[in-house]
Amino acid sequence: MKRMGFLSWALWFGYAFLYVPIVLLIVYSFNESRLVTVWGGFSTKWYAELLHNDQLLSAAWLSLEVAAMSATVAVVLGTIAGLALARFGRFRGRTLFGGMITAPLVMPDVITGLSLLLLFVALEQLIGWPDGRGVTTITIAHTTFTMAYVAVIIQSRLVSLDESLEEAAMDLGARPAKVFFVITLPIIAPAIVSGWLLAFTLSLDDVVVASFVSGPGSTTLPMVIFSSVKFGISPQINALATLMVTVVSVGIFIASLIINRQERQKQRDEQMAVQGG
Amino acid sequence: MAVQPIRKPTRLEPWQDPGQTPYVRIEKVTKAFGDFVAVDDVSLSIYRGEFFALLGGSGSGKTTLLRMLAGFETPTEGKIFIDGVDMAGIPPYERPVNMMFQSYALFPHMTVEQNVAFGLKQDNVAKTEIRERVGAMLDLVQLGRFAKRKPHQLSGGQRQRVALARSLVKRPKLLLLDEPLGALDKRLREQTQFELVNIQEKLGVTFIVVTHDQEEAMTMSSRIAVMNHGVIAQTGTPTEIYEYPQSRFVAEFIGSVNMFEGRVVEDQSDHVLIRSEDAGCDLYINHAVAVPSGATVGVAVRPEKIALSKEPPAGADGRNVATGIVREIAYLGDVSIYLVELKTGKTVRVTAPNLVRRTEMPITWDDEVYLTWRPFAGVVLAQ
Repeated sequence: MKRMGFLSWALWFGYAFLYVPIVLLIVYSFNESRLVTVWGGFSTKWYAELLHNDQLLSAAWLSLEVAAMSATVAVVLGTIAGLALARFGRFRGRTLFGGMITAPLVMPDVITGLSLLLLFVALEQLIGWPDGRGVTTITIAHTTFTMAYVAVIIQSRLVSLDESLEEAAMDLGARPAKVFFVITLPIIAPAIVSGWLLAFTLSLDDVVVASFVSGPGSTTLPMVIFSSVKFGISPQINALATLMVTVVSVGIFIASLIINRQERQKQRDEQMAVQGG
Repeated sequence: MAVQPIRKPTRLEPWQDPGQTPYVRIEKVTKAFGDFVAVDDVSLSIYRGEFFALLGGSGSGKTTLLRMLAGFETPTEGKIFIDGVDMAGIPPYERPVNMMFQSYALFPHMTVEQNVAFGLKQDNVAKTEIRERVGAMLDLVQLGRFAKRKPHQLSGGQRQRVALARSLVKRPKLLLLDEPLGALDKRLREQTQFELVNIQEKLGVTFIVVTHDQEEAMTMSSRIAVMNHGVIAQTGTPTEIYEYPQSRFVAEFIGSVNMFEGRVVEDQSDHVLIRSEDAGCDLYINHAVAVPSGATVGVAVRPEKIALSKEPPAGADGRNVATGIVREIAYLGDVSIYLVELKTGKTVRVTAPNLVRRTEMPITWDDEVYLTWRPFAGVVLAQ
């Protein structure tokens, strides 16, 4: 029983560590007071004000736009990279290449951002593109580092995929490109979806890389929040954060519902196969 | 426990007929992965309508050879001809060959029907014809009522039949099967062996099947190639392989065998006599062998070819007669296996049909017995 006591204590402490700050943030978003840290009674006025704050709203919209675009491009490039890594076979230096795709995962954001900024400036001087820094450069920068995550997800999915499925399709007369679109892609679709969601979230979160490569008029939401901290956090930020947490939670909840239902359906099917054999 | 082939022999087999051209010709094919040679200078001719088995343990190169026929591996050296066409540079999707995979490789996101129809769709066959042919093929493998199910809703035996239907629906001239029965339990496997042979005879397709199971190879195939370390040890009909193994490896790989070491003392055109310390008697074999007098050889005698008796056999001249003591008896129902320890210390395995009930059997533990076999029973194997 002593052991159980310790375990449940550890459990509560762990979850408190993770969730108390978020709960606090949600509670304070309903704070009447102008001061973020002083409770002044319940109110929803910051939500109403948020709806009229054009700067915050346009930044949020820009963030979503950049996240959606960079996630989409990252999924395409990451899938191709993952495919190459999983299916190219053995060659000299394979481990090196495999390691190099994961390097951006552990590269400090500051370095990624700085190096991309240098690249964009150099490119502009050489070929005149990209013309200044803005949405395009942020999207490219986000694609660069989220692509590595997608590639890793796709590669590990492909490694566990029975290669004879692709061989069987080829044996039945399908050309390699057709095999990819008709067999491989539908089977790895869940991995691609989760890769897209991960890339989307990473892009939405990023403040460091974006600060390096953004230009005037292209400020993402995390950048706005970060810079407004310098003048003290407005309770509006709390309201906005609460909305984001809500949206993300609902999304995750729905996704896990779908996955659970598929899992149960599959179990039922398999039982049916055993009984009805 | 000799396994009998379940196919009826025809009058003149194609490989005995010099007028026949082989359908598949493998010429001096070698496949190396780095330093490892998986298939080493293999040549084979396989004829139309054959049920040909590649038999060997793991790492014998049998699957690599099959994959080269399908086009998934390229030979390092040598050539493969199918129906007279050199297969070099022809990708898997353009070969007149289909393959049934060991894992079945059914497409998990498609129904049984879609799986079977996949190959026909690639050839742009008309929709109505696809439906007809898929329906007919599913009826052939008795899966008509499972057409709308997904692979994970099927049992192992049903999946195996879907895989078979999918690989046959394009009416290939040559079907390659990689351990087709490996994932089935024993009872289902025996039943499926007969089904496979029936389907093969009905459709007239040439089958090349890879297996590690010697019983499976013996019962189903018209001919067997026994492979070992990338080399073909022997090719022949199941009877030839079993009765006339050409090497110790083949003799020991197929069924069980007693191996007596000895020295040739008499070498005539109609018989040989071999003196064996091992057996404690002279071994008489009623045909000539291509080994010089005085050579050391092995003589293989199958357990079921040896007779046991408590009385000395009548008319024995001391040849092909050994004596020993029964050490172990394993009762298998239809037959019993006796392990007899000879006076020389060697243990000999004998199988005998249980003609009488167990309790009435005359020979029991620790009995002194005579082991005899006929002059044709022994097979001489050089070192």
